[in-house]
Amino acid sequence: MDRAEIDARIRGLIEPFNKKGISVGDDTTFAGDLEFDSLTVMDFVAAIEDEFDIIISMNQQAEIENYGQLVDAVCKLQGD
Amino acid sequence: MTDLFSKFDPLIQQREALLASGVEDPFNLVMEKVLSPTRAICNGRETILLGTYNYMGMTFDPDVIQAGKDALDNFGAGTTGSRVLNGTYQGHKECEEALKDFYGMDHAMVFSTGYQANLGIISTIAGKDDYIVLDIDSHASIWDGCSLGNAQIVPFKHNDIDAMGKRLRRIPEGAGKLVVLEGVYSMLGDIAPLKDMIAVARKYDAMVLVDEAHSMGFIGPNGRGVAEEQGVLDQVDFVIGTFSKSVGTVGGFCVSNHPKFEIMRLVCRPYVFTASLPPSVVATAATSIRKLMHGGAKRAHLWENSRTLHGGLKALGFELGTGEPQSAIIAVIMPDLERGAAMWEALLKEGLYVNLARPPATPANMTLLRCSLCAEHSAEQVQTILGMFERAGKAVGIV
Ligand SMILES: Cc1ncc(COP(=O)(O)O)c(C=O)c1O
Repeated sequence: MDRAEIDARIRGLIEPFNKKGISVGDDTTFAGDLEFDSLTVMDFVAAIEDEFDIIISMNQQAEIENYGQLVDAVCKLQGD
Repeated sequence: MTDLFSKFDPLIQQREALLASGVEDPFNLVMEKVLSPTRAICNGRETILLGTYNYMGMTFDPDVIQAGKDALDNFGAGTTGSRVLNGTYQGHKECEEALKDFYGMDHAMVFSTGYQANLGIISTIAGKDDYIVLDIDSHASIWDGCSLGNAQIVPFKHNDIDAMGKRLRRIPEGAGKLVVLEGVYSMLGDIAPLKDMIAVARKYDAMVLVDEAHSMGFIGPNGRGVAEEQGVLDQVDFVIGTFSKSVGTVGGFCVSNHPKFEIMRLVCRPYVFTASLPPSVVATAATSIRKLMHGGAKRAHLWENSRTLHGGLKALGFELGTGEPQSAIIAVIMPDLERGAAMWEALLKEGLYVNLARPPATPANMTLLRCSLCAEHSAEQVQTILGMFERAGKAVGIV
């Protein structure tokens, strides 16, 4: 799967969590722009993990602040 | 100079706003006198205690108190040292023997608190490339144990067997795995489906740690907890517990059948780098633990109290954390923090103390009035409590 396809899939997954319909770009932050609280983060991460059959540990999540970083992390985890 | 305290401003403001509405400070209650396990003078009023973890009422047990007094006389007020240096007395060994007998396990290690037991065991056994898979609603001491160590932390949705299994399945081959569960989750008083969860953990070759802080002494045929109740205690590698609840004093422990368990005493920093419990505390704990082995009648009465309170509150129209009583904790769900605090205060004025719990300690941002029952609450007291809830609930407009 290339980055564009992963990006497209994550965009689909983020939609139900993007309550205010914010337009999402690589530098959109989860805590700041999307206002994700810890429960939303857990559900969103679980959705991504299930879609790509990967684990994103909390240690890895701590490094992911914005959308672009998430797509990069999923690309990397997919490659592993 | 940047004031390092400015990060607390939102909390300071929230607290000030709450107190400005005139309610008594829910987090600043003083018990001037403790009359029994179930009654105290709080902020000047005689109050029924329904928010302690004194499930088995052992705090005033005459044998327990006598053991503490004798230890004070014979061994002094404190050990002034670590367990691994000058802080292991006869009493600490006797306390560990009592725990081994209570759980029927080969090893027992006593810590200064249950918080430190979780902190120490979790951070020490799960190393850098290991994975800890834990319930998202885990107690703060479990989360802090995860933070103190270097393992990869993977949470799953509360009590969700499937979500846990999926995460275990995806862990890279060869990595060490520790699954951390609780018997009773103390915010809502619900129990875990340990039998099924542990079967899944075993399938993926994970070691299993279960925190049984809120079940000791009254859940399971011998009061060993939810894992015993569900017939899977032999599948648990590490049981964490505390003396601060049913045992009625303070302290924490881990019991295990792991053949190499004793090495923990040398490598577990929250065990090594702190002073051991005072002789009087371990003496009261050991006496209490041995008495809890024979607490059948008290246990039955505690369950009866739990069922009566749960059924009564439900009939009054309160929303409760569990459909059926699953433990000695009954959580009453409040619409918001303001009305929760108002209800808490109305109950206190009626002469009833319950725990006000609010985010971030609670799941799903709930405000809860947590009621915890004691085997020493009489049937009449439980009826009195229900009357207090009815009057307070109507006054505040919750029922
Ligand atoms: C589930 C759980 N584990 C551990 C602890 C810590 O116990 P202690 O009070 O002995 O530090 C508590 C109590 O707050 C608890 O609820």
